[in-house]
Amino acid sequence: MAKHKTPMLDQLESGPWPSFVSDVKQEAETRAKNEKGIEYQVPADCPDDLLGVLELSYNDGETHWKHGGIVGVFGYGGGVIGRYCDQPEQFPGVAHFHTIRVAQPAGKFYTTKFLRDLCDIWELRGSGLTNMHGATGDIVLLGTQTPQLEEIFFELTHNMNNDLGGSGSNLRTPAACMGMSRCEYACYDSQELCYNLTQEYQDELHRPAFPYKFKFKFDACPNGCVAAIARSDLSFLGTWRDNIRVDQEAVAAYVGGEIAPNAGAHAGRDWGKFDIVKEVVNLCPSGAITFEGGKLAIDNKECVRCMHCINTMPRALRIGEDTGCSILCGAKAPILDGPQMGSLLVPFVEVNKDDDFQAIKDVVEGVWDWWMEEGKNRERIGETMKRLGFAALANAAGVPIDARMVQEPRHNPYIFWKADEVEGGWERDIEDFRKRHQR
Amino acid sequence: MAFISSGYNPEKPMENRISDIGPQHFTEFLQPVIKKNFGKWVYHEILEPGVLKHVAESGDAVYTVRCGTARLMSVTHIREICDIADQWCDGYLRFTTRNNIEFMVEDEGKAKDLKKFLNDQKFPGGSFKFPVGGTGAGVSNIVHTQGWVHCHTPATDASGTVKATMDAVFDQFTDMKLPAPVRISMACCLNMCGAVHCSDIAILGIHRKPPIIDHKYLDNLCEIPLAVAACPTGAVRPSKVEVDGKDYKTVAIKEERCMFCGNCYTMCPSLPLADKEGDGIALMVGGKVSNRITKPAFSKVVVPFLPNNTPRWPEMTDVIKRILTAYSEGANKYERLGDWATRIGWERFFEVCDLEFSEHLIDDFRDPAYYTWRQTTQFKW
Ligand code: HEM
Ligand code: HEM
Ligand code: HEM
Ligand code: SF4
Ligand code: SF4
Ligand code: SF4
Ligand code: SF4
Repeated sequence: MAKHKTPMLDQLESGPWPSFVSDVKQEAETRAKNEKGIEYQVPADCPDDLLGVLELSYNDGETHWKHGGIVGVFGYGGGVIGRYCDQPEQFPGVAHFHTIRVAQPAGKFYTTKFLRDLCDIWELRGSGLTNMHGATGDIVLLGTQTPQLEEIFFELTHNMNNDLGGSGSNLRTPAACMGMSRCEYACYDSQELCYNLTQEYQDELHRPAFPYKFKFKFDACPNGCVAAIARSDLSFLGTWRDNIRVDQEAVAAYVGGEIAPNAGAHAGRDWGKFDIVKEVVNLCPSGAITFEGGKLAIDNKECVRCMHCINTMPRALRIGEDTGCSILCGAKAPILDGPQMGSLLVPFVEVNKDDDFQAIKDVVEGVWDWWMEEGKNRERIGETMKRLGFAALANAAGVPIDARMVQEPRHNPYIFWKADEVEGGWERDIEDFRKRHQR
Repeated sequence: MAFISSGYNPEKPMENRISDIGPQHFTEFLQPVIKKNFGKWVYHEILEPGVLKHVAESGDAVYTVRCGTARLMSVTHIREICDIADQWCDGYLRFTTRNNIEFMVEDEGKAKDLKKFLNDQKFPGGSFKFPVGGTGAGVSNIVHTQGWVHCHTPATDASGTVKATMDAVFDQFTDMKLPAPVRISMACCLNMCGAVHCSDIAILGIHRKPPIIDHKYLDNLCEIPLAVAACPTGAVRPSKVEVDGKDYKTVAIKEERCMFCGNCYTMCPSLPLADKEGDGIALMVGGKVSNRITKPAFSKVVVPFLPNNTPRWPEMTDVIKRILTAYSEGANKYERLGDWATRIGWERFFEVCDLEFSEHLIDDFRDPAYYTWRQTTQFKW
């Protein structure tokens, strides 16, 4: 028997899409029955009260969580988002409802053993509710009480060999696309780089030392399956410098209709017979492709590696072999100055595991040193770049200035020069000027 | 309920503490065929909605079955996912960047049987537990946020708007009949935790009333300079007021400069602004993150406000469906929603989607606003 009446939420149980209401109800029921005889460490009716408070919000059209909440575990400055209900008498099960961010494996591959162990801890010590996963990538354990935080952390680290994720003004949990695990477009091992940098910068992740939050994301090609260019302060996107590999026989098979374009992604509608000129040659943003005498040719020097031709004919066209990644900087959501996507900082850098990715770490640390010194309180690096200029960032990162860094050159002539760039410098005497020009 | 210790000793908190170990290495979790062919994949195919095949240099193939989730899920549900993975996939599975689940098997027949099995699982209320789809040119899962389930700054709910929307566009999840993939995202305030600023269609919670100032408590609970610095439009300034004969240090808000972003509340608990009638959602369209053909792009606001009509937001799902239909009928193959709108012109977009254009849609935020106006005589009647 449900604890609260939820007529509004009940309406979200119908319809085809998996209903979160049905799922929370099933957890509420499991806990009410408690067939395993578990000594729940937070109220057994916590999921019931969550539905209760949510129903109240559906009626009021307003949230019922109090502002903020500062909780955590010793040694760390983040990882837990504290939360208290503003109607604790009515919904005691969610009077405390803190979220724990748990570090996820790159690419989010799991064994059932890992997930079951995690569920066992969370069933005992939390609400039994989760987010799989947070937008940044963490496994999100949704709802527990303050005294359980250290207990959960102890079990996570001692029994599962797993750490918390990040929160606060620090390096947040990095995330990667699935990369080489299961994708033929991967230009570098996005998961390994993600793992390596996560481990290298554990201190920066667990103990806030930055002006504001900072995120890394790793896409192994320009398709952007983890959306690095829009969702991380430093975005690492795989690319190549040599030629797209063309298999002319497979091209002929596409033209002959033996292989579906785009791996069959448009199979739900009749788009007519595959027309290589219309669907590939004419859509290339650089006009770099020709198709003559049944042969496809690419002027690779003009190719901007947008992925379109490869995406459309994955069996005929493959990424080059001289691969690495581009680094873009400054993506952020609108607050305060407006949204930004990453701006190209490093056109190409090798992704070299043998020297522990040193070239990449040099860029990261150059950027951090600058931003930690210059960044204002709660100023994302994208905003620091806007305030102090892109060139200042490039200089700090030790990256040579390059025409690839701009979409177009400036159109205003408000150009700064440094005194030492100008012959004779800036020290001038008005009397000297007056010798040539009378008052 | 008796307290059960994990072994942690609150008397000696730093003793036995393990820290800075990070996540586990992903190779611990790779399914054997994936591990063996790591970095050696040559091509892939989408066999049918929700079913992918990847072929490696060795000739090995792996079949992936993708299914939707509500993202907010219980341990009971996760254990059921584990049961399926144990029974069909030797105990391996993964989650995607859009919070779908992927089960991997080594045999095509098995993949198709698994798809059928997954599609047969339902919650008591009737919804699918594991609907298979989300591949190719369709609508995949909606990247979304906390809403009224956990956050204190939302102007709408996340789980509810997402469920209502996915129900309305469900046939696009299980099919691949659009010109290109359509990514829908949702954020319950304009912090935009997630992908709202870069999605084909985006649902965004917004407020329409300035904060209420809790003068008596503000100075005790807030760092006033932080609240002042939090305002993008400079509407907040320090001030003093007299309440019930007592002087308080507080802030004043110039209401005509406030555009209700809520950032001052994020910094200061004494400036709440949630409001039943005032709050609702805006819809944005035309963003993308991939570099395919055109550059990544921001989504643009096309509907400034729709009410929070709980529990199913009918006005919202109606507009989303209208936009999807107009796009599906009007766009060329491979053309993302934003590329289509740019090609036909935004004046035409509003016409074919039957949306009203109002002054709220004209940018007025600082210098860059100018670049969004029309500095040409090229326009369509
Ligand atoms: C008010 C308290 C807030 C709560 C409860 C909250 C909650 C969250 C959560 C749960 C995530 C996913 C985290 C993960 O995967 O580990 C997230 C991500 C994010 N948050 Fe917040 N957030 C808050 C404030 C903010 C603020 C102030 C901003 C920006 C001004 C912000 C911007 C973002 C962005 C952009 C992401 C997504 C990043 C990505 O795509 O990876 N959030 N937030
Ligand atoms: C071998 C080829 C590819 C693989 C294995 C792959 C894998 C994935 C996966 C598993 C997801 C999460 C999907 C979901 O849950 O719905 C994803 C998302 C995504 N993929 Fe791919 N993908 C491939 C090709 C592409 C192509 C051709 C494009 C672009 C033209 C692309 C762009 C994206 C984008 C933009 C996202 C969503 C990111 C976001 O908005 O959060 N991917 N990809
Ligand atoms: C003492 C200083 C200046 C003098 C005597 C001066 C004089 C003039 C004159 C005589 C014209 C032509 C007006 C006409 O065609 O009717 C003109 C145009 C112009 N001046 Fe200046 N100018 C001065 C300073 C500046 C400065 C500081 C700027 C820019 C920062 C500037 C920008 C322009 C521009 C853009 C035009 C063209 C206006 C148009 O296209 O309508 N001038 N100026
Ligand atoms: S970003 Fe590129 S390499 Fe990574 S999964 Fe997507 S398509 Fe593959
Ligand atoms: S990757 Fe893009 S730019 Fe390069 S040849 Fe192919 S379609 Fe043209
Ligand atoms: S989008 Fe806003 S309201 Fe929603 S979870 Fe993020 S900060 Fe909270
Ligand atoms: S809600 Fe936003 S615009 Fe309004 S006063 Fe607060 S910070 Fe400024």
